[in-house]
Amino acid sequence: MLVYFIRRLTQSVVVVFLMAAIVFLGVYAIGNPIDVLINPEADQAERAAAIARLGLDKPLWEQFGIFLGNALQGDLGTSFVHGTSALTLILDRFPATFELAVAAMLMAILVGIPLGVIAGLYPDRAVGRIIMGGSILGFSLPTFWVGLMLIMVFAVFLGWLPAAGRGDTVDLAGVPVSFLTWDGLSHLFLPALNLALFKTSLVIRLARAGTREVMLQDYIKFARAKGLTKRRVVGVHVMKNIMIPVVTVLGLELGSVIAFAVVTETVFAWPGIGKLLIDSIGNLDRPVVVAYLMLTVFLFIVINFAVDVLYSILDPRVRLSDTKG
Amino acid sequence: MSQSTDAPAIAESPAATDYDALSEDVREMEEGSAATLGTQTPLRRFLSDFAESPLAVGGFVVFVLVALLAVFANVIAPQNPYDLMQLSILDGNLPPGAPSANFGTYLLGTDDQGRDMLSAIMFGLRMSLAVGAGSTVIALAIGLSVGLMAAYFGGWLDTIIMRIVDIQLSFPAILIALILLSILGKGVDKVLIALVAVQWAYYARTVRGTALVERRREYIEAAQCLALPTRRVVFRHLLPNCLPPLIVVATVQVAHAIALEATLSFLGIGVPITEPSLGLLIANGFEYMLSGQYWISFFPGVALLVTIVSINLVGDQLRDVLNPRLRR
Repeated sequence: MLVYFIRRLTQSVVVVFLMAAIVFLGVYAIGNPIDVLINPEADQAERAAAIARLGLDKPLWEQFGIFLGNALQGDLGTSFVHGTSALTLILDRFPATFELAVAAMLMAILVGIPLGVIAGLYPDRAVGRIIMGGSILGFSLPTFWVGLMLIMVFAVFLGWLPAAGRGDTVDLAGVPVSFLTWDGLSHLFLPALNLALFKTSLVIRLARAGTREVMLQDYIKFARAKGLTKRRVVGVHVMKNIMIPVVTVLGLELGSVIAFAVVTETVFAWPGIGKLLIDSIGNLDRPVVVAYLMLTVFLFIVINFAVDVLYSILDPRVRLSDTKG
Repeated sequence: MSQSTDAPAIAESPAATDYDALSEDVREMEEGSAATLGTQTPLRRFLSDFAESPLAVGGFVVFVLVALLAVFANVIAPQNPYDLMQLSILDGNLPPGAPSANFGTYLLGTDDQGRDMLSAIMFGLRMSLAVGAGSTVIALAIGLSVGLMAAYFGGWLDTIIMRIVDIQLSFPAILIALILLSILGKGVDKVLIALVAVQWAYYARTVRGTALVERRREYIEAAQCLALPTRRVVFRHLLPNCLPPLIVVATVQVAHAIALEATLSFLGIGVPITEPSLGLLIANGFEYMLSGQYWISFFPGVALLVTIVSINLVGDQLRDVLNPRLRR
């Protein structure tokens, strides 16, 4: 176990290091770092001072060392546009993205599991086919296009829900959240639905496959032979057994929901980190871009590491095959 | 099932399947057994299996039409949407069906510059399809070579390549594309690079998986016994037999690449404004949608959708037809 843990940790550290190197080289070596990192409105003296302060006169490997050292201390540069630390800027926006991601996940579970179970129980009936057809559409429709259509129908033509922004927020333990006010909730609904679409299709497929498999098991036959109602067989015996793969996959997907939030946030002008990234790319605010990329990559590596370690605890075969290889 | 598809059922004995897998060098040595195969070629069987699903055939027909529209855009389109001489700003934001001063009617309306949306969509389709298909072909070539090398040579090369693939696939495609494009900047070539970087790992993994199985088959052993050069064994014997699953992955990936390119362009970090793809057309119409002028975004979106769904329908059926486990 310990061997596996150490190997996996080493690999994660190497990946973090490599990603830092790619982002660093991308910003510092491909582009001109002076243009990229120093405000174009700075005058000659400010430029010289900034070059010395950023250490741009030093050799590349030394600069990389300084960049890594600063990053480890949580200093990822200062935003040109906002004039504040890039890291603080991102951490300030993160709760909005997190709220959106969690709302989308909940929607995917609440809609996806019942639909998936129904499709699994009646795979040959029209209802099962319609649900599966819908999930194929959910996979193939581009997220941003569905978001536009939601705005067109619900905000522009019907005028039921607002098209942009976060609405009224209240502070929950010092963090502003939308879901506790009626206005905030109405702003949250469409973006969450949009972000949930892809995951809902995924959950439908998982739940359907799980249901079809579980329905053939002996314990289901036994439960039915015992005379349990259909509702109890499905609600307890089937449900419990299909939840395992669904929960595992959704845990893994939380990271990708945060990455995909870039699209949804841009469409709905949701003030999260994804919109911040796109705005910063547009404003050439490179320190914020670098900080976003480093943080998201780091988040992913942590999630992957945690999932792999959990798996190896739950399923010893994983670590055994890996330590041998 | 028609009469003609009964023959392969007989040909499905293990020996016959192996014969299918034989490549020409070895085939020359076993000319005699060819007679047992009957008249139906694998291609014929493939086509008749594919035609079993009307939905897939429909998807294929629609896709061919879409591709033709894109390829011959400059011939069929009522207007060259990027020739400023042909645009009249007075015709800006007209709804679908509005009459035009220069030619017939604006069937799908006009955008804020007075550009005919139908023409803009055809030219946008061209860009979307070119980037989608181009990136798939390049990524396929890279993934194929890398995956084959990993499977054939094994050892440390295999370990390193597959580690890289694993690590890359643990990140969502859009994140990798965002990283690359925020470093590289805008441009058609840059989008192409990002899409290739996102896709190659899928092909490498698929090819390696198939090649590892195929490598142990008798025909590879036979080819090696003939003392053929490694290059020939890998590319003429191993490669053709790894293709079926790869074709399925590639079809689905073209649709993914088109969707991803549209997303990136919509976000404003994809193709430049001078060569818009469908995604950028949709983004341009976004602000007008809020004031009810839906057609500027809506119709390019429909074109994107039709393209993606038709490719996916074809891909789904290919998966069923080419999957040896599902072969009837």
